[in-house]
Amino acid sequence: MSLKLGVPSKGRLMEKTIDWFAKRGVTLSRTGSDREYAGAVEGVSNMELVLLSAGEIPRELAAGRIHLGVTGTDLVQEKLPRFEQQVESLAELGFGHADLILAVPQFWIDVDTLDDLDAVASAFRTEHGHRLRIATKYHRLVREFLTDAGVADYKLVDSQGATEGTVKNETAEMVADITSTGETLRANHLKLLADGLVLKSQATLWRSRVAKYGAYEKAALNTLLDLLEHRN
Amino acid sequence: MLRVQFEAAGAQVVDTPLLQPAGTLLDLYGEDIRARAYVTTDALRGEQMLRPDFTVPVVEAHMRHGAEPARYTYSGEVFRRQELDPDRPNEYLQVGYEVFERKDAAAADAEVFALFALQVRGLPLRAATGDIGILMAAVLGLNTTEKRKAALMRHIWRPRRFRALLDRFAGRASVPENRKKLLETEGDLTGSAVELGKRRAAEVQARVDALREDAKAPPIAEKELLALEALMAVRETVPYAAEQMRDIAVDLPQINLALDRLDERTAAMKARGVDVETLDFEASYGRTSMEYYDGFVFGFYAEARPDLPPIASGGRYDALTRRLGDGEEIPAVGGVLRPDLMLELEEVRA
Repeated sequence: MSLKLGVPSKGRLMEKTIDWFAKRGVTLSRTGSDREYAGAVEGVSNMELVLLSAGEIPRELAAGRIHLGVTGTDLVQEKLPRFEQQVESLAELGFGHADLILAVPQFWIDVDTLDDLDAVASAFRTEHGHRLRIATKYHRLVREFLTDAGVADYKLVDSQGATEGTVKNETAEMVADITSTGETLRANHLKLLADGLVLKSQATLWRSRVAKYGAYEKAALNTLLDLLEHRN
Repeated sequence: MLRVQFEAAGAQVVDTPLLQPAGTLLDLYGEDIRARAYVTTDALRGEQMLRPDFTVPVVEAHMRHGAEPARYTYSGEVFRRQELDPDRPNEYLQVGYEVFERKDAAAADAEVFALFALQVRGLPLRAATGDIGILMAAVLGLNTTEKRKAALMRHIWRPRRFRALLDRFAGRASVPENRKKLLETEGDLTGSAVELGKRRAAEVQARVDALREDAKAPPIAEKELLALEALMAVRETVPYAAEQMRDIAVDLPQINLALDRLDERTAAMKARGVDVETLDFEASYGRTSMEYYDGFVFGFYAEARPDLPPIASGGRYDALTRRLGDGEEIPAVGGVLRPDLMLELEEVRA
């Protein structure tokens, strides 16, 4: 048996994760071809690398099929109810920074805050006969945030990609999306709400609280934790 | 068995479909309901919800073909999606009793409360009561613009947003720089930003005009504000609460009629054998529950089990019948109880 570490299977997130572990004396590498979704770990014995899509990692951690996983705070909180009970954060990796924000068209000069948004949502519903639509893929986080703030008369519409374009296409009036620099927003003539920061997210190393830890897994976890602590 | 007791009180048994059209519920509760109800779809009927409660379908059925006055009872499963607390059931039994009656609201309120009190008699429960109608009367009678009153009324059930609005209308909230600039400028604001999306420039301009107009209106007077805050904080036994609120009514005379109705209800409850001397009254009670109660509200809670939701709860929802009635309306009051929780409490005692 071995300690299973889930890592995003492609892109910059994978590369930066590999770099991060390498700096701490743990070498992660793919075994065999590029298409194979398993890998080798050097530096910690009885540890195994599993390559997964970042979006699957929260669920795999919650199911206990992997012991450790690297993914964003946003995905963990969106996908896992009471996430603290299912996973524990071991380290913030310092990259993959992304904020989940609320953004409206720049020309809405009358809207700066949630208070404005709520008033506009009410007027919009009267004028157009339907609720103001917010395009997002983070339904749970956005709904909880708006419920907590007491904003009413909005509707979430699902958008799994190119969310900023939904306003121009008139399939939504505003968006709730991940942004790292805000450039995409500006390019799409959108602006942030002053108090519309739903969540600050970054790539994080999580430990599953539900996975089974036998003697080998415990030993491997302790070795890894020592390496991480030594570096920090 | 619980339903039989409601039948004995003269109620007719009704059944409602498990699947409810989602549109009606979404219109009523907004997006919040999605966090609480299971949604499913088919190509013919579109979005449907597994019934999250009986009140809406019972009101709809009554508005379609009910005789007057009417008393209904039902028992069946309701479904609540649980996203936060895995210990709460997502499916449970509700037994309810609803009264549609034009005459004597006080008597109908007292009838419903007394029946539920009878059903849970012997269990270690604390009853809480309130009256959203008093708070609504207070808001409607404020000495300020109609727009401000409408905004406050819209958020009676969202205490945090209500608070924020009140602070703004009272001039307590600080005005951000951006907003000051916007308010100080005059005339149409075309700006350089691209017009984009379904909310048009005319709507933006209309709101800017409304904001400027609102900025000219004087803040809500300190005296009224303090009285309103004192009212929201009332938490006493019914007789003391009534007395306190009459004192507050010196500064908020608009609540006197609603307080008369409270007195009538208290008398009607007394006549039904309810011990009103020890009964709790909270002016803000019911503000965080479903947003259709607009008068008397009540709940029975297990004192030793603060983790449990109310064992029984209900209230008056005249405005709901107006919204679902397509021009028709009828005063209505009712409640539900949870047999599973009653059983749990009884087992502990046994």
